[in-house]
Amino acid sequence: MTGKDLLQFIVAGLSSGALYALLALGFTIVYASTGVINFAQGEFYMLGGMLGVLAFDSLGIPLVFAALLAILATTAVGVLFELLAIRPRKDGDPLALIIITVGGSILIQSLTRHAVGGEELATLPSFSPGPSIGIAGVTIVRQSLWIWGITAVAVVGLTLLYRRTRFGKAMRACSIDRDGARLVGIDTARVVTASFALAAALGAIAGVVISPTVPPVFYSGASIGLKGFAAAILGGLGNPVAAVAGGLTLGLLENIASGFISSTFKDGIALVVLLGVLFVRPQGLFGGRSREKV
Amino acid sequence: MTEAREMLRVEKVSSGYGHVGVLEGVSIHVMHGEVVTLIGSNGAGKSTLLKTVAGVLSPTGGSVVFDGRDISGITPEKAVEAGLALVPEGRRLFGSMSVGENLELGAYARRRSRSFSSEFAEDLEIVHELFPVLGERVDQSAATLSGGEQQMLAIARALMSRPRLLLLDEPSLGLAPKVISEIFAILDRLRSRGVTILLVEQDASVALRHADRGYVLRTGRVELEGTASELLANDDVRMIYLGSWKKSVSGT
Ligand SMILES: Nc1ncnc2c1ncn2[C@@H]1O[C@H](COP(=O)(O)OP(=O)(O)OP(=O)(O)O)[C@@H](O)[C@H]1O
Ligand SMILES: [Mg+2]
Repeated sequence: MTGKDLLQFIVAGLSSGALYALLALGFTIVYASTGVINFAQGEFYMLGGMLGVLAFDSLGIPLVFAALLAILATTAVGVLFELLAIRPRKDGDPLALIIITVGGSILIQSLTRHAVGGEELATLPSFSPGPSIGIAGVTIVRQSLWIWGITAVAVVGLTLLYRRTRFGKAMRACSIDRDGARLVGIDTARVVTASFALAAALGAIAGVVISPTVPPVFYSGASIGLKGFAAAILGGLGNPVAAVAGGLTLGLLENIASGFISSTFKDGIALVVLLGVLFVRPQGLFGGRSREKV
Repeated sequence: MTEAREMLRVEKVSSGYGHVGVLEGVSIHVMHGEVVTLIGSNGAGKSTLLKTVAGVLSPTGGSVVFDGRDISGITPEKAVEAGLALVPEGRRLFGSMSVGENLELGAYARRRSRSFSSEFAEDLEIVHELFPVLGERVDQSAATLSGGEQQMLAIARALMSRPRLLLLDEPSLGLAPKVISEIFAILDRLRSRGVTILLVEQDASVALRHADRGYVLRTGRVELEGTASELLANDDVRMIYLGSWKKSVSGT
């Protein structure tokens, strides 16, 4: 493998890594407010892509609005999911909630299949059409720039939300001490709903932004969900920057490993990383000493 | 003090955890501007009573009336809005957040009226004046404070909600005598400002010396009540809660 090949793998790794990062942010946000891994996170990604393509192709809505509509609709699904499936479980028992998210994931998948069919949909047009960009012999598809830009905006936005806004601070307080948060007047139920909304929006954004390159299909949330989960664990389920670092690292590992060894290993890497982190460093690579959420 | 009005009335309240009943028909009241203390040995139900007043627990019987309004079964977040602030056992600070952020969140329940930011600044000034050490540590994370400083922050955070009734659960717990007297000196200052306080304390003699009235709780019931000086003079209280008994035994 030449240096140029390596660079090409790095570019590819950073592209898929940014997607994993968006998913990992979703896992991290919900974990912070509930202490639960939301296994339906990948479905938000799938819905984002699906709804984007449907809005654009079937309803003829212009690309920008189709994308926004898909994100908003998926956010609504996230809120509904929380209100109907998570909130009724008053005691917040993590095991019960995790099983509920697994059930929710299966339900969303089968409903989508029922409504849309089992075939891959078409892809969306590229957000900014044009030939790929060549730098130093490395090719970068234009859509990758969008993926990176959106991920950067997401992580900066979330960090500002958590550090600067009243509600963001309430979200952090809730993740540190739920009972303490209620004692200062924070409506923790609302925080949980808001975190599902945010997580769904981030998943949908990832789904929409990738759909010019990868055609959406009802089952596409499962594998990306697993990778986002691995990235979140790698990042330590902590602050947004760590989640993004986890996503990018996983993307790089995957692509470089498939370059050096064989592409058949690619999908296995996430699992190896997941298990490796859980066995060796449960607080994650970027999690610091104690697991400080958010 | 203005004409005595009732701030809190707990009427025949029963409460507990799931199927475990702890309080059985407890009745207490607190007047405006009063400092009332609850004393009693471990497990008597003191914290349970505070939690029931603050909405952390719902009473299974009886009623909690706060400033004329029945708040039985209120949620804790509504209770703060109504003007009750609980400084809980174990303080419940946001450890990885800064002192400043903890104080800011203390004011979370306040209405965002136009005057909010000036009122917030005022409150912050009062709190820094009461607890100068917090002012020096605004950017430090709460978890890195000493035990005494954490207790001060917990009280300060509660004050930021502008409570009409401050509920304090064992503010002296685990602190050195010197720090305890500092904290009680601050409570005296709050008292002289007219803050109404319901105080739970293990150390009955300290509590009674800083209160107007007191209740002695025993296995979920009010066993005795009276003014602080009555209770300090009461033989049973002296024997069981003030340790005179131990002293007289060791003295013979
Ligand atoms: N979370 C809980 N779940 C079940 N039972 C509890 C819980 N907290 C307290 N209890 C029980 O309720 C009873 C009263 O407890 P409470 O904490 O009110 O006592 P206390 O008077 O505050 O005692 P201490 O001085 O030790 O703080 C005890 O028997 C205790 O075991
Ligand atoms: Mg107690």
